[in-house]
Amino acid sequence: MNTSKAPANPNIQSVQSIQTNINFDKSPHPESTLANHIHPPHTRRSASWWRKGGNAFIPWLLPILLLAAWQAASAANMLSSQLLPAPSTVLHTLWTLTLSGELAHHMSVSLTRALVGFVIGGGIGFLFGVLSGSFDWFYRLFDTSIQMIRNIPHLALVPLVIIWLGIDEGAKIFLVALGVMFPIYVNTYHGIRSVDQGVVEMAKVYGLRSASLFRHVILPGALPSIFVGLRYALGVMWLTLIVAETIATDAGVGYLAMNAREFMQTDVIILSIVLYAAFGKAADVIAKLLERRALRWNAAHTS
Amino acid sequence: MGINAARPWSALSPKTGETTVAKSGSVAGAELRINGVSKSFGEQPVLHELNLTIQEGQFVAVVGRSGCGKSTLLRLLAGLELPTAGGITIDGEVVNGLRESTTVMFQDSRLIPWKTVIDNVGLGLKGDWRPRAEAALRQVGLDNRKHTWPNTLSGGQKQRVALARALVRKPKLLLLDEPLSALDALTKLEMQQLLASLWGTQRFTTLLVTHDVNEAVRLADRILLIDRGRVALDVVNDIARPRQVMDTAFGKLEKRVLERIFEEQSD
Repeated sequence: MNTSKAPANPNIQSVQSIQTNINFDKSPHPESTLANHIHPPHTRRSASWWRKGGNAFIPWLLPILLLAAWQAASAANMLSSQLLPAPSTVLHTLWTLTLSGELAHHMSVSLTRALVGFVIGGGIGFLFGVLSGSFDWFYRLFDTSIQMIRNIPHLALVPLVIIWLGIDEGAKIFLVALGVMFPIYVNTYHGIRSVDQGVVEMAKVYGLRSASLFRHVILPGALPSIFVGLRYALGVMWLTLIVAETIATDAGVGYLAMNAREFMQTDVIILSIVLYAAFGKAADVIAKLLERRALRWNAAHTS
Repeated sequence: MGINAARPWSALSPKTGETTVAKSGSVAGAELRINGVSKSFGEQPVLHELNLTIQEGQFVAVVGRSGCGKSTLLRLLAGLELPTAGGITIDGEVVNGLRESTTVMFQDSRLIPWKTVIDNVGLGLKGDWRPRAEAALRQVGLDNRKHTWPNTLSGGQKQRVALARALVRKPKLLLLDEPLSALDALTKLEMQQLLASLWGTQRFTTLLVTHDVNEAVRLADRILLIDRGRVALDVVNDIARPRQVMDTAFGKLEKRVLERIFEEQSD
């Protein structure tokens, strides 16, 4: 590659795209010009293809190398297949469990627990956060108590929850809900408290009152903070679920792993771990997409 | 900024048809009476027994140093604060809260960042408000930016959107709290011309709080100097419009107000 010339061109391109950014009067979508700003358009097609492909590939380089090394080590019998089966074995297990329908069953049970717990806990946390943020008397009445409960590690309640609620779905959902509630509560409260009071005053001057003020000004203003809480809560949700599913149970990804332990099926255990990771990543991607959609006005800010 | 944006008022009346009321001579502004108004925050007195009458359609500038109480006066007129003593009436009605026919423009534009420009202008309006909001944006020369986010606008453009938002409601009283003081000199001039021309055609009563005496002399019919909560100077400005800075009368009046400000300071 002629390194002397190729990097110079993109620089010129990016300067031009900054200039077009400033005068984008005619552009109907300012956010698209923002994207151009971050990834300047290139006129030389082949060079841009290489660069784009390379940029997309680089983050995956290490995981792929690691997997390849793992597979090679297994093939060379350097790893005990009993303790750490090869990636290909795990992949094969994934295939057989998918065909037998077992995987779908366990995944749907786990997802249901996660979602029901999240909706209940998140809903309560959001409601209390909104009320605490909006009404001083509510804040004064509840916040101290909520903060005290928040400081108990909710997984420490597992023995008590088993006694109270048994080992049914109720116990697992309760634990998930409890874990999810506090990050949503705290961040909703802070989001509402940090809404620009100047904008609120202005909205009042222009006739917005309680409900419309909340819908048009306070809630959207609190959204960035609420999304921080949401993404944090999703992390807590999976963590809680993993622990909750190790309580005596007969279905779910956690059951899959615990059951596999009894029979030394390390491939199934590793598959379960990968599934949890995939769940977590998928939830985070969805949350990110929602956030980008809801806060697209904020993206324009960085230009 | 483009050419059409620099002279937005040139294409004013034929397109919008908004100016007919003012041209026919009927008064569109409110009459203010401030009767013995005092205001203190806790132990701290800010305004002392103010008595003022402001006629319909008058453009009044309130000048004074920081902390003299001029912004408090504006907030009282807006209904954002209530006086500690005395009372304010607008067209004979006592001000005891926010009024639909009073609009305010602040130093920071206070646009809602998650609403597009046109949704900001139409904030709180009911019914079929879009044509009205578009007309208001056309008045300030920004109808080509109606679907963009406020964060992509320059400071001057933001204030023009804020002005459109204030005017779309056909206010009888427009309160301006140093709306131009954060703008660069050229943009400030443009905005002054825009304000003068819109006030000239629509004749809402206007109260401009500013620390810029030049701006006050350029725009207002009447200049009030407030010092330590009292009116220290109340002077009529009848220099013919459009006003030129080079004009001797302009310079004289500006000098007079400035001298008075410094005189108060040396007491």
